[in-house]
Amino acid sequence: MTAMQQKGAEGFLHRYEGLRERLPGVRLPWVAALRDVAAVAFRASGLPTRRIEAWRYTDLRAVGEAGFDEALTSLEDGQDLPAMRGSARAVFLDGRFRADLSDLDGVGYAVGSLATELRKLEGRVGALARPEEQPLAALNTMLFEDGLVVTVPAGVEGGVLDLLSVASPTERPSAFHPRHLVRLEPGSSLTLIETATGPEDGRYLHNPVFEIEVGEGATLNHARLQQEGPRAFQLSTVYARVAAGGTYDNFTLNAGGQLVRNEIHTALVGPGGACHMNGAQLLGPGQHADTTTFLDHAAPDCASRQTYKTVLSSKSRGVFQGKILVRRPAQRTDGYQMNQTLFLSPDAEIDSKPQLEIYADDVKCSHGATVGELDAEQLFYLRARGIPGERARAMLVEAFLTEAVEGVSDPVARGALEAAVTGWWSRQMKDAA
Amino acid sequence: MLKIEGLSAEIDGKPILNGIDLEVPTGELHAVMGPNGSGKSTLSYVLAGREGYEVTGGSATFDGQDLLAMEPEERAAAGLFLAFQYPVELPGVGNANFLRTALNALRRTRGEPELDAMQFLKVARERMRALSMPEDMLKRGVNVGFSGGEKKRNEVLQMALLNPRMAVLDETDSGLDIDALRIVADGVNAMRGPAFSALVITHYQRLLEYIVPDRVHVLVGGRIVKSGGPELAKELEVSGYASVQAAA
Ligand SMILES: Nc1ncnc2c1ncn2[C@@H]1O[C@H](COP(=O)(O)OP(=O)(O)O)[C@@H](O)[C@H]1O
Ligand SMILES: [Mg+2]
Repeated sequence: MTAMQQKGAEGFLHRYEGLRERLPGVRLPWVAALRDVAAVAFRASGLPTRRIEAWRYTDLRAVGEAGFDEALTSLEDGQDLPAMRGSARAVFLDGRFRADLSDLDGVGYAVGSLATELRKLEGRVGALARPEEQPLAALNTMLFEDGLVVTVPAGVEGGVLDLLSVASPTERPSAFHPRHLVRLEPGSSLTLIETATGPEDGRYLHNPVFEIEVGEGATLNHARLQQEGPRAFQLSTVYARVAAGGTYDNFTLNAGGQLVRNEIHTALVGPGGACHMNGAQLLGPGQHADTTTFLDHAAPDCASRQTYKTVLSSKSRGVFQGKILVRRPAQRTDGYQMNQTLFLSPDAEIDSKPQLEIYADDVKCSHGATVGELDAEQLFYLRARGIPGERARAMLVEAFLTEAVEGVSDPVARGALEAAVTGWWSRQMKDAA
Repeated sequence: MLKIEGLSAEIDGKPILNGIDLEVPTGELHAVMGPNGSGKSTLSYVLAGREGYEVTGGSATFDGQDLLAMEPEERAAAGLFLAFQYPVELPGVGNANFLRTALNALRRTRGEPELDAMQFLKVARERMRALSMPEDMLKRGVNVGFSGGEKKRNEVLQMALLNPRMAVLDETDSGLDIDALRIVADGVNAMRGPAFSALVITHYQRLLEYIVPDRVHVLVGGRIVKSGGPELAKELEVSGYASVQAAA
């Protein structure tokens, strides 16, 4: 079979047929039903193609052509993990929870592995994900093996939780599809810092799905640092639902990977909810990153702010699609969306598509997009003060990102992000040298 | 210190500087005066190394080194400082971070140890007090939301911190009220000494009452048409540039 390995959607469906008896939850009828429904949807849709409006600018053919095997994780993998941030860490190797590498002692909330706790999660898995509409969520539903399950009880301040996803080195392309569930009960808070990394030369697909429930008056800071290996595919889908007075802050850094999709669906379903979605895409040679957001204002008096900044060097391509839907009951919605691109190379490309769909009449909603290059005057001013050209350029790139980065309120998350930005820049300089 | 010989330069094929001869010996402060559009800023930009100017003839040396062959940051490292007529705004770059990065870049080239944030703040605060600058100007973006006078004072602050061997001040007096003018002049005078040279570019004679130059040069139509002692500035005040131009 190896010689004739199947690729594309067929390959994934084939794996599902082969694996289903071994996937977690096989004896739980509700899990089996979820997977079967997802498989039917995925068989019908296949991997999305550019003929679909939501995928017009991102071509997944490279994913279809790769042909993935099961990740062969060995016990030695993941021994050189980056330093832990905050006081608790959950480590996933190739999408599977590794208790031996994690440190979850003494946290004041429930946290564990989806594979272990699946029995107790009926009604939570699949509560928000929409496999019939998003083929990648269908793929994830069909094949998820594990994930993080966090439940912060009412009124508890959860502090910082580090979620580390590492792909192990493999000869053959591997794929994993973790399903992460995060629930904040009323009045609780949590900062979740997620880092995704992988080997320099390995080909793999990381296809995570998040289902995030933010309860009344609760606050989730979700910082995502996508620093996958340079040949990786990361296709992630985040579903978040925010109850009355709750806040969901998502910051996503797209700095790694070869082909990346960061798709976020946030629904503000109770009055007075808030959502900040900020991000930075820092792309180098041959990279493609796509941020696609759907903001669903379903309740009155909610505010949403989105600031996305893309920096493109050499032959790279960025995509931003942002849709804001304001439903009829969502009066006094305050929505803002800004998408800005900085070109460091004439060979780069950005596609930007904002979309407002408004059915309420008392609404403040604005969006804007800019593209530009580094300002020659500013660069000269810095250099005339003795700051070498490369350092001066780095300062201006950081300045360009400031507005988005300032949206990250948690100092640990902010520090992690700033370090990631600095790391990206020095890598660009090394490559250019 | 600075020696300019027959310097000609153009922008987009349009000649702006037409054979400038000018020498500023070490320890001297010279003034360049001239009407609007005579090429004063162009001269200062060419000296500092801004892009977009084509030098079509002549030379400029700094301590014997070919200034025109150096990158802007190399000129700064060699000890040349330009106070911009129109200081550039840098949104998102904090003034303190900017000043410290610049100072440390220069200290590195001089083989001096870099200053950490605390050491830097101490030095910066001292300099700012001398220039009557509010301390919160360190926290703001470089020149962002600064008034015209604040921008000029920020230029002088940079000069004081970076301690150049030669400063070119391009209309640092314009747009200043009399108090601010005094503060700026004091800042420049405090730098004067046997190892500091300056080229003070101005449109008005007023500044030169506070900063007394060793020599005055008159720039008209991209050429130095007359040079003389400090009294030349007063002469110009009375008779205007037209008379000098006519005499030349
Ligand atoms: N970037 C530019 N492009 C075209 N012409 C310019 C540019 N900058 C300056 N000039 C022209 O060059 C001449 C000298 O300008 P400038 O050096 O700014 O004079 P000053 O500083 O003495 O007022 C003016 O005629 C001005 O219009
Ligand atoms: Mg001028």
